[in-house]
Amino acid sequence: MTDQHSSLSNLDLETPEKPFLDANELVINMGPQHPATHGVLRVILRLDGEKVLGLECVIGYLHRGVEKIGEHRTYTMFNPYVDRMDYVAAVSNGLGYCETVEKLLNVEAPPRAQHVRVILTELNRIASHQLWLGTHALDIGAITPLFYTFRDREEILKIYEKYCGARLTTHAFRIGGLQYETYTGFEKEVKNFLDFFRPKIDEYEELLTTNRIWVERTKNVGTISAQDCIALGVTGPVLRASGVKWDLRKAQPYANYKNFDFEIPIGQNGDTYDRYLVRMAEMRQSVRIIEQAVGALPEGPIMAKVPKVMKPAAGEVYHSIEAPKGELGYFIVSDGSTQPYRVRVRPPSFVNLQALDVMCRGQLVADVIAVIGTLDIVLGEVDR
Amino acid sequence: MVAKFRGTYGSGITPLTYAGQNYMAVDRSLIPEILQVLRNEERFDYCVDITAVHYPKREKQFDVVWVLYSFARNERIRVTTQIVDGESLPSAVPIWPAANWLEREVYDMFGIKFDGHPDMKRILLPEGWKGHPLRKDYGILQQDNEWVQINLGIESGQ
Amino acid sequence: MGQILDYIKSYLSSSQTPGAAGNMFWVLVYILLVFAGLSVAVIAMNWLERKILAHMQVRLGPMRVGPHGLMQPIADAIKLLLKEDIMPAEADGLIFWVAPFVVVLAAFTTFVVVPFGPTHAITDMNIGILFMLGVSSLSVLGIVMAGWASNSHYPLIGALRSSAQMVSYEVAMGLAVVSAILMTSLNAEGTGTLSMIGIVQAQLAQGEWFIFKFFPLGLIAFFIFAVAMVAETNRAPFDLAEAESELTAGFHTEYSGFRWSLFFLAEYSAMIAVSSIAVTLWLGGWLRPFPNFLNNSTWDLVFSLFPGVTFLLFAAMCFYNALRMPKHPLFRVQTIGLAGFGVVLGLIGLVLFIPAVSVRIQDIFWFSAKVAGFMYLYIWYRGTFPRYRFDQLMRMGWKVLLPMGLGVLILTASVALLQQKLWHQ
Repeated sequence: MTDQHSSLSNLDLETPEKPFLDANELVINMGPQHPATHGVLRVILRLDGEKVLGLECVIGYLHRGVEKIGEHRTYTMFNPYVDRMDYVAAVSNGLGYCETVEKLLNVEAPPRAQHVRVILTELNRIASHQLWLGTHALDIGAITPLFYTFRDREEILKIYEKYCGARLTTHAFRIGGLQYETYTGFEKEVKNFLDFFRPKIDEYEELLTTNRIWVERTKNVGTISAQDCIALGVTGPVLRASGVKWDLRKAQPYANYKNFDFEIPIGQNGDTYDRYLVRMAEMRQSVRIIEQAVGALPEGPIMAKVPKVMKPAAGEVYHSIEAPKGELGYFIVSDGSTQPYRVRVRPPSFVNLQALDVMCRGQLVADVIAVIGTLDIVLGEVDR
Repeated sequence: MVAKFRGTYGSGITPLTYAGQNYMAVDRSLIPEILQVLRNEERFDYCVDITAVHYPKREKQFDVVWVLYSFARNERIRVTTQIVDGESLPSAVPIWPAANWLEREVYDMFGIKFDGHPDMKRILLPEGWKGHPLRKDYGILQQDNEWVQINLGIESGQ
Repeated sequence: MGQILDYIKSYLSSSQTPGAAGNMFWVLVYILLVFAGLSVAVIAMNWLERKILAHMQVRLGPMRVGPHGLMQPIADAIKLLLKEDIMPAEADGLIFWVAPFVVVLAAFTTFVVVPFGPTHAITDMNIGILFMLGVSSLSVLGIVMAGWASNSHYPLIGALRSSAQMVSYEVAMGLAVVSAILMTSLNAEGTGTLSMIGIVQAQLAQGEWFIFKFFPLGLIAFFIFAVAMVAETNRAPFDLAEAESELTAGFHTEYSGFRWSLFFLAEYSAMIAVSSIAVTLWLGGWLRPFPNFLNNSTWDLVFSLFPGVTFLLFAAMCFYNALRMPKHPLFRVQTIGLAGFGVVLGLIGLVLFIPAVSVRIQDIFWFSAKVAGFMYLYIWYRGTFPRYRFDQLMRMGWKVLLPMGLGVLILTASVALLQQKLWHQ
């Protein structure tokens, strides 16, 4: 990437100076029970009229101590827990965890398993983006896209249900590969879904992309520059919408993404509208990846040789994948026993949420809603 | 790069490799300088993660880990250092604003303070909670019963 | 006794509204009729909105209470009445109590002058349209009271938003109305009118609805009004006052049960009221299509069949859906209910074919049909548009609609003046 991203960002995170005896300032508490905070996020807003002077996020309402639980479970037992973090992209979480442990064990999943993993993960990316689009549009007041996206997301969940019995917290992958062979007709159903889904993206776009109100509500709202994104550690579609062509699937390929041909959609302005466009384009790219993967599904085993009782040698590994929300990293320390000594999850939502303050300064209350939506946070992952 | 560092800083830096990933163990005293150099000279402009690991049996109880990434080099590096319980570290917020919440989380979970952090308080657990849950001596079922009783009006959260 | 009967009968031969004729008995009857009709309309609107919106959003909407959820609004009403009435401890009791009534009164009082037909109005005021605009803007007062008395941040912001919004859109609305009123003066005497009935009669006399007058001036004025009226009633895409995702429910966040349902009632009545203004001013009020062009007795007969046919169509829809009901015994009651409802609608339709009835009911039918069109638009907007932001809303009101309104007013006046000049030559 170019040098401009490397220069120091001049972010001013200090609270703005308070004018003497300002009676106009209003402190509003938004959440944890609020229709637009996507769960239990609590935002304390300081307003001048409707203008946001500053805000503070209060998080932790959904804290379940996942990292602590990880230290008390074996490597296999902890696998289902990771699904509960970003529950709308459970498959991605599982992929990251399994790959990290595989790195520790120094095994690699067989090609067929890798392919199925890519298919399911990309389907999950579509599902996650669909859920984002529906709720984001709902926040901005367009109530109809929500039902369209949920209707189509259902088809993905049906594929999951048929594959592993669960729809949301799938626990689809195992360390070393897959537990289940694909069901009969899996490839055909996935292909059918792709044919069904392609025109649906146009349908979503028809309602929003050129809608005057939508454009006015999202253009130049919550703008964040590439420098600020990098300084704040923001990743995923938010970073790409600011113009940084960076995707872990390309930058540091994992699974077998290097075998597939796809593009990284980027935006220019880093505003809410660009993030919307980037995510829409990402759905199309996911369709492309799945198409290639399902067309060339190799035969072969689905499970690598993994010991029944996993005892990785003492050591530590950090591995990250491109989850729908950004860089999802796992840092696992092994002490040679059956349980991880320390599991650290680097949650994209948590780090991205930090940028909320920067993105909302000087905007209106209604924009805070739009920005929370466009950051695409999942509180299960923020709080873990 | 690490070799260059070794030339400059001597034995304070130990290059390590595990599972194909490079990382370096750095002496506590070198941390402020190393982080600065990594950011400004080696262009590790993206602070991916800051976390810690607790080893209660060691004299220096905590490993603090910075995971850094450079967009220019497409390279990731980990810096670890060992500190004793109660020792504080310089905050990385002036270098990477992203460190803000990450350091707060480390403080929340391990009780490691960062000097110069703009807002050093708990992040996931409520204010006033006693104990730092990711320390090894903190039981998995343990909780701050006093806080629960006062604030939630119930005997115990279990 | 006989005197009273005479008093009652005396109105029947009158060609005036009861209020104008000064007959208090019929005024009361009309008030009751309008009130009842309005309540039924709000209930129907509630059901229709949920059903239509649901079908736009690929779902079914209410299906459980009654066949196709027909009883759902009634179930909701009962639920709301039985709900606990919560008043926040910090609220200003009196104002909190009064606010919903102010809103409801403002919404309902406007119907005093709404002309459902040449004689079918409670009264005919010579300042009818002014009265209507004035009274309907009183609801701002109730909204501000509600927001203030709740003593909570969200309602306060919601109330501020909606009052600012209503006040600013009233300006554009007023200008559009003035340009329509100007058009009423385009007769030989050059005298216009503010009376709601007079406005419709002027359209009849001039032989065209004001929406087509001085094309496209009338259309633009109508468009301005149609946008402003959505903003005026705080409906999507201008529903910032109760923007669910931002302010939970806006000014009525703290209200529950019966009080809340009053706000609901007021909102829908206000929608009907402003739609009535639009229909009266631009769409020829109670006039049937082409009253001057197709005015022989054959066409009169054809158009008088419309009300009956409409109801028969509704009935047919009920029967069709009753036939499509699952044959399971569990659905028997629902099937019978739906068929029964169809029978009722069909009977009403048949009654409407009686010439004596259809002549009297025609005007009301055409008026309601036009208003229903607007109601559908309201639902359609809600299904398709995202919500405007507050500053954008204000910009649109002051920088787009207001200059447009002024321009249309000036142009209309100039064209009218020219025509008047030609007239007198």
